[in-house]
Amino acid sequence: MFKRDSVTYSIDWLVLLLYFTLVIMGWFNIYGASYDLDHEGSMFNFDFRAGKQFIWIITAFVIGGVILLLDYRFFNYFAYYIYALTILLLIITIFIAPEIKGSRSWLVMGPISIQPAELAKVSTALVLAKWMSRYNFKMKSPRDFIPLIFFILLPFGLIVLQREIGSALVFSTFLLVLYREGMRGEILLMLSLFIVLFILVLKYSASPIANAEGTWGMVLAMGIVLISQFVYTYFFTRHKKEAWILAGSVTALSLIFIVLNKWFFTVNFDYVAIAITAATTPYWLVVELIKRYKKYLFPAFMTLVAIGFCFTSDQIFNRVLEPHQQIRIKILLNMEEDLMGAGYNVNQSKIAIGSGGFWGKGFLNGTQTKLKYVPEQDTDFIFCTIGEEHGFVGSVFVLILYWLLLMRILAIAERQKEAFHRIYAYGVASLLFFHVMINVGMVLGVMPVIGIPLPFLSYGGSSLWSFTILLFILLRLDASRLERR
Amino acid sequence: MRNNTFQDRRWVIAGIFSVVILIYIIRLFSLQIVETKYKIGAESNALLRKTIYPPRGLIYDRNNTLLVYNRPAYDIAMILREITDLDTLEFCNTLNITKDYFCERMKDIKDRKKNPGFSVYTPQIFMTQLYGDEIANMQQNIYRYPGFYIQNRTLREYTFPYAAHVFGSIGEVSKSDIERDPYYRQGDYSGRDGVEFTYEKHLRGEKGVEILLRDSKGRIRGKYRDGDADEEPVAGKNLTLTIDIQLQKIGEELLNGKIGSIVAIEPQTGEILSMVTNPGYDPSILVGRSRSKNYNELVNDPTKPLLNRATLAQYSPGSTFKPIQALICLQLGGINEHTRFPCNGESSVPIRCSHYHGSPVSLLNAIEQSCNPYFWQAFRATLEKDGYGEKNSSFKENYQAWMDALYSFGFGHKFEDSDLFEHVKGNIPTQNYFNRYFGETGWRALTIRSLSIGQGEVLATPLQLANVMAIIANQGYYITPHLNKNDTMLLKKHVTAVDSSHFPIVTEGMWRVFEYGTGRYYKIPGLDMCGKTGTVQNNFGKDHSLFVGFAPRENPVIAIAVVVENAGFGATWAAPIASLMMEQYILGKIDRHYLFDRISTSILNPDVQKR
Ligand SMILES: [Zn+2]
Repeated sequence: MFKRDSVTYSIDWLVLLLYFTLVIMGWFNIYGASYDLDHEGSMFNFDFRAGKQFIWIITAFVIGGVILLLDYRFFNYFAYYIYALTILLLIITIFIAPEIKGSRSWLVMGPISIQPAELAKVSTALVLAKWMSRYNFKMKSPRDFIPLIFFILLPFGLIVLQREIGSALVFSTFLLVLYREGMRGEILLMLSLFIVLFILVLKYSASPIANAEGTWGMVLAMGIVLISQFVYTYFFTRHKKEAWILAGSVTALSLIFIVLNKWFFTVNFDYVAIAITAATTPYWLVVELIKRYKKYLFPAFMTLVAIGFCFTSDQIFNRVLEPHQQIRIKILLNMEEDLMGAGYNVNQSKIAIGSGGFWGKGFLNGTQTKLKYVPEQDTDFIFCTIGEEHGFVGSVFVLILYWLLLMRILAIAERQKEAFHRIYAYGVASLLFFHVMINVGMVLGVMPVIGIPLPFLSYGGSSLWSFTILLFILLRLDASRLERR
Repeated sequence: MRNNTFQDRRWVIAGIFSVVILIYIIRLFSLQIVETKYKIGAESNALLRKTIYPPRGLIYDRNNTLLVYNRPAYDIAMILREITDLDTLEFCNTLNITKDYFCERMKDIKDRKKNPGFSVYTPQIFMTQLYGDEIANMQQNIYRYPGFYIQNRTLREYTFPYAAHVFGSIGEVSKSDIERDPYYRQGDYSGRDGVEFTYEKHLRGEKGVEILLRDSKGRIRGKYRDGDADEEPVAGKNLTLTIDIQLQKIGEELLNGKIGSIVAIEPQTGEILSMVTNPGYDPSILVGRSRSKNYNELVNDPTKPLLNRATLAQYSPGSTFKPIQALICLQLGGINEHTRFPCNGESSVPIRCSHYHGSPVSLLNAIEQSCNPYFWQAFRATLEKDGYGEKNSSFKENYQAWMDALYSFGFGHKFEDSDLFEHVKGNIPTQNYFNRYFGETGWRALTIRSLSIGQGEVLATPLQLANVMAIIANQGYYITPHLNKNDTMLLKKHVTAVDSSHFPIVTEGMWRVFEYGTGRYYKIPGLDMCGKTGTVQNNFGKDHSLFVGFAPRENPVIAIAVVVENAGFGATWAAPIASLMMEQYILGKIDRHYLFDRISTSILNPDVQKR
């Protein structure tokens, strides 16, 4: 029926089906979320959000169709130009965008306003694929790696300048792509470790240790660093004896200070923890020399970095983050409960989802979302409406759709013959994953409130268009695998 | 394939994706299925449950005269969480209250000891039972005070300032009421006494609820599920009383300035035609916000206006007991219709006679003349009919029979299934009582002789005395006295232990009281009336003045008991009062104005005041 090399024949129908399902669910839930008891608009009434979303959906389909009609090589050839164009748009936006809710990220063109930051995600995925699929690309070579970091940091910086920290943070997800293509896994682990340290110091720096000086924050953070060293030595370098010497000395030293504190003088455990941890650095250097084994220099260096990081994380928190961001993080860590203020959104969102129960209240029957208890319920908090009206069943269904989509994209990635296609596919998966993780996590109260949309479901043309473009480029690239060349 | 050396890393990435999704599913499970607090949070968030109070049933008298009705009143409720930017001073001015009152009220509401149901999310009653004119200002300005709501209520309103003890009053439910009956919520009202209490469930109806949707700014956005979940209030049912309000009014006027009570019963049905107690009060003073202040004044009044003497005060019946004594002695065979006993007037022993008449005296004359020696000898003859027997056993058997007969007349026990709010059982001394007091064989007829003339340990309420008159009028049975006209009590006749054949002669005797005896000055011309006066000694001042009776002699329509405390002879006060009551009820009006005026304007106790 179809020609073997036609797009309709070779397109990945499962991804397409998942895409349509999510978009249509989004449309219905936007109708549900913006359904106003005073004005019961129809889903096609263009004065209302659902009606507008209908236009976005139709145009998105058109854009998707156009992309499928393009030659698959187009994206490879023009990746740099597309990237350059979006960077230019981002720069222009900083200067000409009107200030909306404290950010300058919207380009208003008549009735349409678009967010170039959304497009930047697509073009960055393309440019990374292009750069990394170069002949003889080596992750370890600085000549290859530094431009790669630059490609990520440039849009990140410009979007930060637009005061859209949330959208900017999205670019960190490309680390997953880099990891897939050969970046050292330790970097990912190290980043996770630093996030854990940051949270520990922040959360427990206000909990003093009883009958002594110092706080639990620093002691716990240093404990984590020491445990990481132990695990690294024991399992990775397999120097079990050295690992046990470390553990024994640390325990003995700690006990001595605990005894001293109890019977002799008050000890500041902040300094004790830092001193013990810092003392491991010369220890590892000695071990490295004796063993003539080069795998300790990096951990020893990172230990010092971690100490410095913990020592200054309070400062980082207070200086780098703005007050409203500080509060969002503190609420997430249960350090502050401000149900009427900044914690309001998250609390209301939890109430809305929690009240959905197993089966939900039924379409258009959600009381929390209907009555505007949940802010931004058709954009960033759309998952609330699903949770309230469709319950556990509906929410899990949506999560499983995303999971299927992600797994399918990974499978598609791995069946590509071209590195460009594979890397781009990983970029798509990472971007979708990051959005789902942050957006749903924020609605569930396990992630800080970072205003980024839920792919395909949230209201808004920019985000729907850019995710459609993102996905359809992948579909187009994938469909080319059967084409004769 | 170039640069595809890290293929295995796809599993790490797939693992990260899967773990995050799995964590979120677990989180959803805990939020949506395990935790319940969010569901409650959502309810209190979005749903405003507005109680709609049903109108309470109206109360009519036996002639369908409206006695008790409702008038609209308003509560001011507040939801603390929603109150924002309150200009306290302006608010107080609008409500015409002082700032101190406002602060104190707020403190009380937040005090969980005083207000266990306090929550910042649910409506709390700020002020209650305000009338339309008091709240008019507030109604116009309520939009300026977010978090405050006006709730419609009703307050009782009375057509007449009478029958307060019959109606009882309505007050806020107590903590124990709420625990006992889940229908009630803090701040609800229920009948506290009188028929308002006994017919609470009949009168109160069913509360309705209107569930409104409220948005995050506290604005009402319409009805929840278009009102499908609302419950319409069910209006309370009306209540028709057995009371004749005109008779009640005359009774209350007659007792003006006196302490005492009147109970009138329709003999055939047991319907209470009037239940007067004095001192009393205007029922409307125990309504609304002045209730607690007025209630305190009533409680502290030494004349006890809150006490319903008609059902709660117990008196020795004295001579009014003699017709019953006669009936029981006839039944038990101590005497017969022809039995005569000697009377030596003032020098009679062991009980003197206070009247002058021939001797020996017959039963008819004894009733007419209230001859104490006759009833003492009849009582002794009854109890000693079979001698004393071994260890007084025969005597005690006869005492028990006498006691049981009295019991069948409604003495010594409470009326079963009565709808009266409170009544007491009076007293008939038991064998045990005397055994304890005098020893097993230490008491004989002579020992307990005062019982023969209704003095001593025998005690009865005016209600019980009126009921006995209904029994004599009915020739041997009674129906539990009650206040609800549409009651099914008619079905249950309580037949006494005395055969109906013994009643005519006692009735004849009581008729003679009005024709020739102590009641003769108060006979209504052309009407055959039966009655008996009583003058009862007591430890607190002058004798109580008592009268019992019924009329007309044939087909009686009213049985009555009157007690005027510390007033003197029964013939002087209680008899004319009873006579006027009978006149009012049988003839529908009072023609003996001079008598009515004399009685109603006589102040026997200057402490008694009408409130
Ligand atoms: Zn005599």
